Amino acid sequence: MSFLKINNLSIDYPMRRETVYAAKNVSFEVKRGEILGLVGESGSGKSTIGNSIINLIDEPGKVSGGSIILDNIDIYEKPENILKLRGKKIGLIFQDPQTSLNPILTIGEQLIETILTHIKVSKNEAKEKAINLLKEVGIKDAEKRFNNYPHQFSGGMRQRVVISLALCCEPELLIADEPTTALDVSIQSQILDLIKKLTKSRNLAVILITHDMGVIAETTDRVAVMNNGELVEIGNTKELLTNPKKSYTRSLVSSVPPTNIKINRFKIIEKENSNKNTNIKILSRWKKRELKKDNLVKVSNLSKTFDDSFFSEKNSEKVMAVNNVSFEIKEGESFGLVGESGSGKSTIAKMIVNLFKPTDGDIFFDNTCITKIKDKNEMMKFRRQIQMIFQDPYSSLNGRFKVKEIISEPIKLHNPSIKNEDLSSYIYDLLESVELSKQSAERYPHEFSGGQRQRISIARALATQPRLLVCDEPTSALDVSIQAQILNLLKDLQEQLNLTILFISHDLPVVRQMCDRIAVLKNGSICEISETEKLFNQPNHDYTKELIKLMPKIESIYK
Amino acid sequence: MDKNSFFNRMLDSDVFFSFKKSPTAIISSLILFIILFSSIFAEIVSPYNPFDPKSLSLMDAFIPPSWSEGGETRFLLGTDGQGRDMLSTIIYGSRISLIVGFAAILFSAVFGVILGLTAGYFGGKYEMAVMRFADVQLTVPSILMALLVDGIARGLIPKNLHGEMAIYVLIFAIGISEWPQFARVSRGATLVEKNKDYVSASKIIGVGNLIIMFKHILPNILRPILVIGTIGLALAIIAESTLSFLGVGVPPTTPSLGTLIRIGDDFLFSGEWWITFFPAIFLVLLAFSINLLGDWMRDTLNPKLN
Repeated sequence: MSFLKINNLSIDYPMRRETVYAAKNVSFEVKRGEILGLVGESGSGKSTIGNSIINLIDEPGKVSGGSIILDNIDIYEKPENILKLRGKKIGLIFQDPQTSLNPILTIGEQLIETILTHIKVSKNEAKEKAINLLKEVGIKDAEKRFNNYPHQFSGGMRQRVVISLALCCEPELLIADEPTTALDVSIQSQILDLIKKLTKSRNLAVILITHDMGVIAETTDRVAVMNNGELVEIGNTKELLTNPKKSYTRSLVSSVPPTNIKINRFKIIEKENSNKNTNIKILSRWKKRELKKDNLVKVSNLSKTFDDSFFSEKNSEKVMAVNNVSFEIKEGESFGLVGESGSGKSTIAKMIVNLFKPTDGDIFFDNTCITKIKDKNEMMKFRRQIQMIFQDPYSSLNGRFKVKEIISEPIKLHNPSIKNEDLSSYIYDLLESVELSKQSAERYPHEFSGGQRQRISIARALATQPRLLVCDEPTSALDVSIQAQILNLLKDLQEQLNLTILFISHDLPVVRQMCDRIAVLKNGSICEISETEKLFNQPNHDYTKELIKLMPKIESIYK
Repeated sequence: MDKNSFFNRMLDSDVFFSFKKSPTAIISSLILFIILFSSIFAEIVSPYNPFDPKSLSLMDAFIPPSWSEGGETRFLLGTDGQGRDMLSTIIYGSRISLIVGFAAILFSAVFGVILGLTAGYFGGKYEMAVMRFADVQLTVPSILMALLVDGIARGLIPKNLHGEMAIYVLIFAIGISEWPQFARVSRGATLVEKNKDYVSASKIIGVGNLIIMFKHILPNILRPILVIGTIGLALAIIAESTLSFLGVGVPPTTPSLGTLIRIGDDFLFSGEWWITFFPAIFLVLLAFSINLLGDWMRDTLNPKLN
């Protein structure tokens, strides 16, 4: 007998122009002691379904059909049903541990408050229960930590506290909505292990909502694939991932970067853009350089400290974001910078593109030290050769500009004498090179999806015909299938234009696919630099070993 | 064709949709439209020209509104001590008030936005200096500030030019007292925008600071500026009326709403209430409808509330 039963659930968002169907006739069941993964790309309706189970759908959404039956109680039959269940029988874990705890209450107060609302116990009993819970989720010194405020915990610890809050009334169903997306790899695996352990020890039914196929492969028993509000496929995780029946699932699985081998290109089954073939028309304009196999970039003893001490004491501790980093990038090479959040990888990128001045050390580009150039015109020569692609496709394009204005800005700046017809044909060539249509030139950024925006961003970066392209987490805001397309595009462009790429990411599988050599960063220092295959097969540094061991692997399903 | 499509796009926009759904916005913009229309086309709309001495007759002085005892249908809202039609003087007076209000707010917006935008963008000591100066000025009530500027200006300008220059002095005095609001809002918005990647991208391309500030950032911070500009317009009109009421504004020969209220105030206790009452009601209506419209704009244009 299944514990949670969802029958033909439909959820609508009636909007001004049209009604958005967030869920269409979705049915599935979850048993006790089982983790069901709900996987899908952004906008597929997976979070909406999670929220509908505890009746937390945002306005103006509403359940328009079907039923949710939890332990033989229909949640939407009577309005008071949900109040009995929410928090008590159903626990919820949110994505961001920074915002799901109240910062002005100690975690003890928050736990006791929750316990007392749902269970009839004395305050002392509640406290004892709370401390036991904290111990259960792996918080050391639970008695002492009980009186701490949320800001005194690290991100991973905070997520443990959130889990203990979700567990404190002994729920039988746990809904975890992207519980590890905001966390670093090493903490992610701890949290997932904890959820797995609790599922068995408490005989919970768990719904794990995520976009990460690696997490699905390592954690769940069964998996449901969502697309556009519809349930595409549901089944045993191993069977579904190894032998997907529907083409959507197949394309989703094939887009996931494999962790164990380096592949040449991602297999794309369903393409976002209609333009089938990459047609690099800008090649005729491009002054293609011979690959000299020399060092294009040389970074030596680079350091950056951030000094926030305007009002505080002069000798207060400075934050060392980058500490004595040296590496070289050969022309035509893809060089990867890998590290967890706060490791200083973005700071290095910003120093190379000259957004930050280094505190110490030098950056050489083509054997010229670019950190010491004072003259503006001299600097412009290097600006056009070093371009960057940003992480967030929503903030990297000015929403008030048309696409053609965005792309023409660098062209006009570096070639003021360009004629109008030539300019527009150049813009069209650039757009076609990133597989966008000519018509896109007249539209505004908000009319495009995240992946298409990232293509516009690439087109802008290519407009000055750079030699070095700095990619700062270019795909981490994108869905996997889009990520695969963008990575393919970058590979094609690099091959045909002889680009040198500095690729920055926290995502090891992606870096493995993209880079020739990789540097691993931790707390602003380099742990090791090595050829990609050597790094993954025989890592030297302990930190690298740990990272590789802990990354979620979709291949773990084959074991 | 292009204009047509722009017009269609406006009619289809979310802002216009929320406008149609808000009775407050419709009513207040209707009132505002009537006032703006009648003051712009005062020569056509108003029944008399109160500034034409030939049409004035002292015999017509102190006639009460047409519906009360002794009222005449010629003068709907009555007449003042010089026999001027109240309705006409109000329409002409609101023109002066609106000109001063609009010009003052435009002046302070340009001044404040330039300072706030550059302060937010460049940061450092320059930002400190500008913003602390704004803070200091905000500790002085803006009406006192305007009085001070007005007084100094009058001291500097030769006496025979006072009447002529009064309106410019007023615009400057009110404008200079309102700029810190604009500077604060535009600085805050600039701080958010300048850390966005599109600004970094332009820097990496090599675009100059001035172009980044005024071509890239400025269009993105216009919304909050528009909102405080609207609310500031009501404040500026009231400030103008206050100054005129205190006798340091525009001269009685070309009265604004504030001047009219002051003139009428002298007759209030002798029973001629309409001379001060109607300009005052008109001023309240004007300021209130602008404020309501500003409130609606703040709610609609605020991305956080959507």
